[in-house]
Amino acid sequence: MSNFFEKSDVSRKEAESIISDTLQKCDDGELYLENSKSESILLDDNKIKNSSYNSDLGFGFRAISDEVVAYSHSNEISKNSLKQSSENLKSTLKSVKGTYNHEIPKSNKKYYDNINPIEQKSLNEKIKILNDVNDYLRSKGDKVKQVTANFLGEQKSVEIIRSGGETLSDVRPLVRFNVSVMVEKDGRKETGVYGVGGRQSYDSYLKDENWKSVCDEALRIASVNLESKPAPAGEMKVVLGPGWPAILIHEAVGHGLEGDFNRKKTSAFHNLMGQKVASEGVTIVDDGTIDNRRGSLTIDDEGTPTEKTVLIENGILKNFMQDRLNARLMKTRSTGSGRRENYRHIVLPRMRNTMMLSGKQTQEEMIKAVDKGIFAVSFGGGQVDITSGKFVFNCTEAYEIVNGKIGSPIKGATLIGDGPSILKEVSMVGNDMMMDPGIGTCGKAGQGVPVGVAQPSILINKMTVGGTKL
Amino acid sequence: MVKDQEFLETKASYCLGLAKKLGATDSSVIVKNSISETVNFRNKKLDESNRSDDLGLSITTYIGKKKSSISSSNLLNDNLNILIEKCIETTKNTPEDEFNSLPDRDLFAKESKDLNLYDETHIENNQKIDYLKKLEAAASNDKKIVNTESSFTQNKSNFVLANSEGFCDGYKTSSFTASSVTVAKDEKSMERDYEYSSKCFLKDLDDADELGNLAANQTIRKLSPKKIGSEKIAIIFDKRIAKGVLSTFASAISSSAISRGTSFLKDKVNQKIFSDKINVFDKPDMLKGLGSRNFDSEGVKTDTLKLVDQGILKHYLIDTYNGKKLNLKSNGRCGGTSNLYFENGNINFKDLLNSHSKSLYITETIGHGSNIVTGDYSVGATGFLIENGEFKYPINEITIAGNFKDMFQNITLANDLEFKYATNSPTMLIEGMVVAGK
Repeated sequence: MSNFFEKSDVSRKEAESIISDTLQKCDDGELYLENSKSESILLDDNKIKNSSYNSDLGFGFRAISDEVVAYSHSNEISKNSLKQSSENLKSTLKSVKGTYNHEIPKSNKKYYDNINPIEQKSLNEKIKILNDVNDYLRSKGDKVKQVTANFLGEQKSVEIIRSGGETLSDVRPLVRFNVSVMVEKDGRKETGVYGVGGRQSYDSYLKDENWKSVCDEALRIASVNLESKPAPAGEMKVVLGPGWPAILIHEAVGHGLEGDFNRKKTSAFHNLMGQKVASEGVTIVDDGTIDNRRGSLTIDDEGTPTEKTVLIENGILKNFMQDRLNARLMKTRSTGSGRRENYRHIVLPRMRNTMMLSGKQTQEEMIKAVDKGIFAVSFGGGQVDITSGKFVFNCTEAYEIVNGKIGSPIKGATLIGDGPSILKEVSMVGNDMMMDPGIGTCGKAGQGVPVGVAQPSILINKMTVGGTKL
Repeated sequence: MVKDQEFLETKASYCLGLAKKLGATDSSVIVKNSISETVNFRNKKLDESNRSDDLGLSITTYIGKKKSSISSSNLLNDNLNILIEKCIETTKNTPEDEFNSLPDRDLFAKESKDLNLYDETHIENNQKIDYLKKLEAAASNDKKIVNTESSFTQNKSNFVLANSEGFCDGYKTSSFTASSVTVAKDEKSMERDYEYSSKCFLKDLDDADELGNLAANQTIRKLSPKKIGSEKIAIIFDKRIAKGVLSTFASAISSSAISRGTSFLKDKVNQKIFSDKINVFDKPDMLKGLGSRNFDSEGVKTDTLKLVDQGILKHYLIDTYNGKKLNLKSNGRCGGTSNLYFENGNINFKDLLNSHSKSLYITETIGHGSNIVTGDYSVGATGFLIENGEFKYPINEITIAGNFKDMFQNITLANDLEFKYATNSPTMLIEGMVVAGK
């Protein structure tokens, strides 16, 4: 764990007194300290293109009075810098008269180990694996024209000091291993991408040459796309495969259930609490407590222990995801969903691992039930307009379905739908729930945070497919 | 106050000196300080204030043809000593790459022109608050507006780029940005839209009333949208969307995409990729330009490039590494384009709307649907149906799709270019795209 005051001219005691002085009469706030170390090693075009290391240190000081948030951050943990931040916060919140809420739940549970994944594997070992990946994929035939593979590793230590000196801390490991391959046949080029990761050592994912299965999957997707034909355009039935396609859930309903948009009444869901928003059989949770998952957190970035929050239960809207600020203003409790990309950013209510739970049907039954439609297996990114509720995501592997049978692969197309109504169009929920491989990053207000998703196969009655074939 | 040149240069030369002492044959370093102060309003009340002071450094060390880099926000010499030592160790253990090197000496920018990129003016938070009060009053004038969120940011930055070849230069820049996001509601729908203004100089910033009114009007007109059927139809991109077509073009001609063979524009230099009348410029020396610069992120001088001349691709965007790989000289585009724009077309906005009996006017797209390997394009879109030159009704929950290779050949540009962003386009019409709806 980092000792943030060791090399600073300000002692922990002095810092605590600046914090308490600044936050008296505020409703909430804290000093958030962060020390992160990260590495990136990239192989591209047959060479190690990049090996870089980043060390980032800083604090973010936050004071909240009623609805107003004052925030100041700096890289310099010094007396001068803390005092300047304190003055800056006070100048925004001129006439505060609140009562500081000291209450914060406690838990001893931990969802990952205190390790530094960067140091657990030597640079030479990582370079060897990247070169092996390159050789392995290029040995698969002439059609492989480009291979990119990379390691991303991080250890982030955070400490939260609240008014009165209460201190909460966490050390978070995170790794990711990605492979991208481009293939070419008859002048046509396509790419396939696959990756794995989470909050544990690289070796948890790569032992016993497990990296080969990552390569195989990337190559399989690229090869399928070489044979793809133009995607259809228009409304049709869509079967989504299990796992990563759950970014549909993330975009379609997840963002709309974040506390801030609902407090501000700018979410299409803000007046639907307790109402039916999805078909029967649809249950969606946001869970920060699954061991070693990319979206898991022992405590959130305000110090609240994370939990498994039921968002939609059997079709009924049950809870929003809350940080402390929005929870207080909406007269409820924090769900441990307060997150930030790093000390440069304010806390927002965010998703962790967002999952639709299994139902009873099989994927086979779903395919059989479709006369004309598409079967979407893998996606690139997605996006949502919270206010209108419209969301999109981009297929990276999809097939047409004709008369209950899977047909040819189709070219990457965007699917568009309406968040508040899409879950009512879910007519079958599969028995095959799967987690994604640990690669998701969610963007909101310019902040990226690692997240996870999961779902079983599902059948959606009606979605618009953005192909080019009329 | 943002750190001065002397402070940044001292840190830079400390790093270069230490790297050399520890065995680097070459090295380069960038030291940057950026101070932003933001005030946010929501529904006519103060919502958030945010001050950020970011100081950071990034150093790349070479030992022969081996290379590695580190970056840090902790600039204490103790910490830099540890990191640079680590960087040298990593460099030694990283395999050689024959194309790794600093730029050729004769390409470095020799003199820095004053491009008028820094405004000394400091706007206090209470002045920002006055601006936002005015803006939000204008934005929430209409009863249909149910939520407003507005923001004012002042940013001051300074940097120094230095390397072991003796290059050492940097300069201050400033920006003042105001934005307003409004939500409108009627019985059938809730919609969001925005307006934005960003300038190097405070006095050039858009009027608060005007910004608020624009944001509100653009939102209200989106209410009660319809979904239309799937068809092939002419698409008109509003300027704020049209510039995205240019950004995709820029990614596709970056020397890294070209040298890796992952661009649909590979080997297309001196070929016709756009329709006849299209000219594209990248002009780094525009006074007060949002993308202006004296040199690129490697210190290479940047001249104006006519990237596309009468539809013909003339240049890639080249940095040192990929240039060496392609056997081309860097043209100072490490880090991308500067002020990139389509030259005006010769038809006015009204005539463009009138050019087809029926077309779609797109004001917003969502999704990351541009594939620069294949040129395929498919995104979610929001906009208006245009009939006989008139805005008929708003449209949403549709997608538009095509392939850039075809789209580029079917572009007609209006003559309404303005320099609102770093990348700018006049209003753009593209024929032959497919809309998917009902």
